[in-house]
Amino acid sequence: MSRVQADPRTPPTANDSDGAPLLEVTDLFATYPVRRGIVGALKRERRRVVRAVDGVTFSLDRGEMLALVGESGCGKTTTAKAVLRLIDPVSGTIRLSGRDITTTPQRQLRPLRKTMQMIYQDPYESLDPRFRVSQVVEEPLAIHGEHRGRGARHGQVVDALTRAELTPPELFADRYPHELSGGQRQRVAIAASLVLGPELLVADEPVSMLDVSVRAGILTLLDRLRRENDMGVLMITHDLSTAAHFADRIAVMYLGRIVEEGPARKVIEDPQHPYTKALLSVVPRRDPRERLAPQILRGETPNPIDVPAGCRFHPRCPVVRDECRATDPELRPVPGAPDHRAACVLIGT
Amino acid sequence: MSLLEVRDLHVWFDRPGGERLHAVQGVSLDLDAGDRMGLVGESGCGKTTIVLSLLGLLPPSATVAGDVRFEGESILVDDEETLQLHRWTGISMVFQGAMNALNPVKTVETQIVEPMEFHGTAEGADARRRAGELLELVGIPTDAGARYPHEFSGGMRQRAALAMALACDPKVLLADEPTTALDVMVQAQILELLVALAKELGLALVLVTHDLPVVAQVCDRAAVMYAGEIVETGPMDLLFHAPRHPYTRLLFAATPGLHGQDEVVSIPGTPPRLDREIVGCPFHPRCDRAFDRCRVERPELRWLSEHRRAACHLNDEPAVAGRGGA
Repeated sequence: MSRVQADPRTPPTANDSDGAPLLEVTDLFATYPVRRGIVGALKRERRRVVRAVDGVTFSLDRGEMLALVGESGCGKTTTAKAVLRLIDPVSGTIRLSGRDITTTPQRQLRPLRKTMQMIYQDPYESLDPRFRVSQVVEEPLAIHGEHRGRGARHGQVVDALTRAELTPPELFADRYPHELSGGQRQRVAIAASLVLGPELLVADEPVSMLDVSVRAGILTLLDRLRRENDMGVLMITHDLSTAAHFADRIAVMYLGRIVEEGPARKVIEDPQHPYTKALLSVVPRRDPRERLAPQILRGETPNPIDVPAGCRFHPRCPVVRDECRATDPELRPVPGAPDHRAACVLIGT
Repeated sequence: MSLLEVRDLHVWFDRPGGERLHAVQGVSLDLDAGDRMGLVGESGCGKTTIVLSLLGLLPPSATVAGDVRFEGESILVDDEETLQLHRWTGISMVFQGAMNALNPVKTVETQIVEPMEFHGTAEGADARRRAGELLELVGIPTDAGARYPHEFSGGMRQRAALAMALACDPKVLLADEPTTALDVMVQAQILELLVALAKELGLALVLVTHDLPVVAQVCDRAAVMYAGEIVETGPMDLLFHAPRHPYTRLLFAATPGLHGQDEVVSIPGTPPRLDREIVGCPFHPRCDRAFDRCRVERPELRWLSEHRRAACHLNDEPAVAGRGGA
């Protein structure tokens, strides 16, 4: 594993401060080593790393839903894993309610895990097939030592099932995952994440394995829960239409970096970064009359082992200029919209 | 006579324990050269079963009934020799997950040449020259044919699978979820290619997917399937703007649009079990417009106009026909 080092530029704050955002991620870097193989090692090839997350900064408030969107390999899932400290970042800071958790040892992290939970993509794999629904939902309580007697725990399980709209809860409590539909399974996973009363929920492609007809129900549920419980939701998705509909803000990632970030409607209706514009232009529309000229980028996303110099998007950018080959642009506010930022040299020109 | 005619197609699967699953329950379709038709529905609705039955690729546990004619000739037979006559040369297919459809130990060119030699459409140098042309057609550099599938990205493999499907100059191309595993930008590249190929080669294209927006971008018309039957067919534009079956309307309403601000609503309930007899309209337990007749009488798929068919009793009610909040 890579070694964690605190970023010297941002000294850790001592205490929780009121008014701090629920989650604050600053200049986060995370890498994966590239396997050289035996031959590579014998040939003494240089050790190389994938820069999966390459300087990411964002924040998330209580009750807010932020969608991290991008194509596969853009670093959105790695960002989420680093935020939950499921992988160790190389540098940068992660603050939860103002508290720096970037280098907190795993043992001390454990009580914090109650406040941050994750829902996975595939409810067919994330639930233990030998556990009844009630056991699945109760397990987090047992792990976190909430020994309040069986009666109290049962009450919490029933409450979590009800909040996940698995009603009546008695009907579901004794069933096994294989007896449930995909949508119901995802609700069980949500109930299991709710039972500890988290403040932050990370949802990694929570509906992409589900049938179209039940997706909206799961997303509406997440939407309602975060409002009712003042819970921050970091949703990872490749689906811009879903992000447009359910998130307050959207952050678009490309090759390990956020290239545009802002209120969902602004990003969708008035995209600033050429990559966001291209991405939006190819999203299939429901209305055949809306069949517009897609601006299809040729080729594939470059390998994050060799991130292009200058602006990382410049080799595929339709409006590339000379300066883009030399300048790596930072996220800058869009003129007239301080809450909308994009990393492009053309911003404000 | 249409290029491909499907009449009253039924497929049953024998399940261990003696159960019988009625997966396709009387489907009729017509397809002409140059048509681009979507076959849309949720998982388990029978859409993949239909396309597999057209190629005679169903497992032995399946029983098929009905009539399927390709260029007027009945092809729904249980006899490999007759099937070989049109399989890949008349009707071919791009499978879901191209990465699994290619052989990892053979070069891409070899795999394109194989069906040509098997079906006797080309051999040796001719076949290799043709493979090069096909690779170029689908946007792969000709010299990349000497490489193996693992050296290709997902998008490239899907292009290679397309080249394989086109190897014997088919007239009908069946594409089963051809872009489901791909990123949106690569998806756009493949969809653009599918449309271009259908237009240039005069192919009839059947696009099987659960993704309505993808069909809206690629196809002129679509058949919406539910519980083993077609519940509505028509031009894509009318299906979206004036659906004549509540399932079509609700399926669109469950799909978020990029710019639409309208609420996205899921469809309550689950599809009926296909191992039991369905009484009434298969959709009535989930339908927001169901009335008494729907619970007892199964609606037939009827022509409503020259290009539209729907299976819904609401269309017999002059006051409400077709509105349904669309």
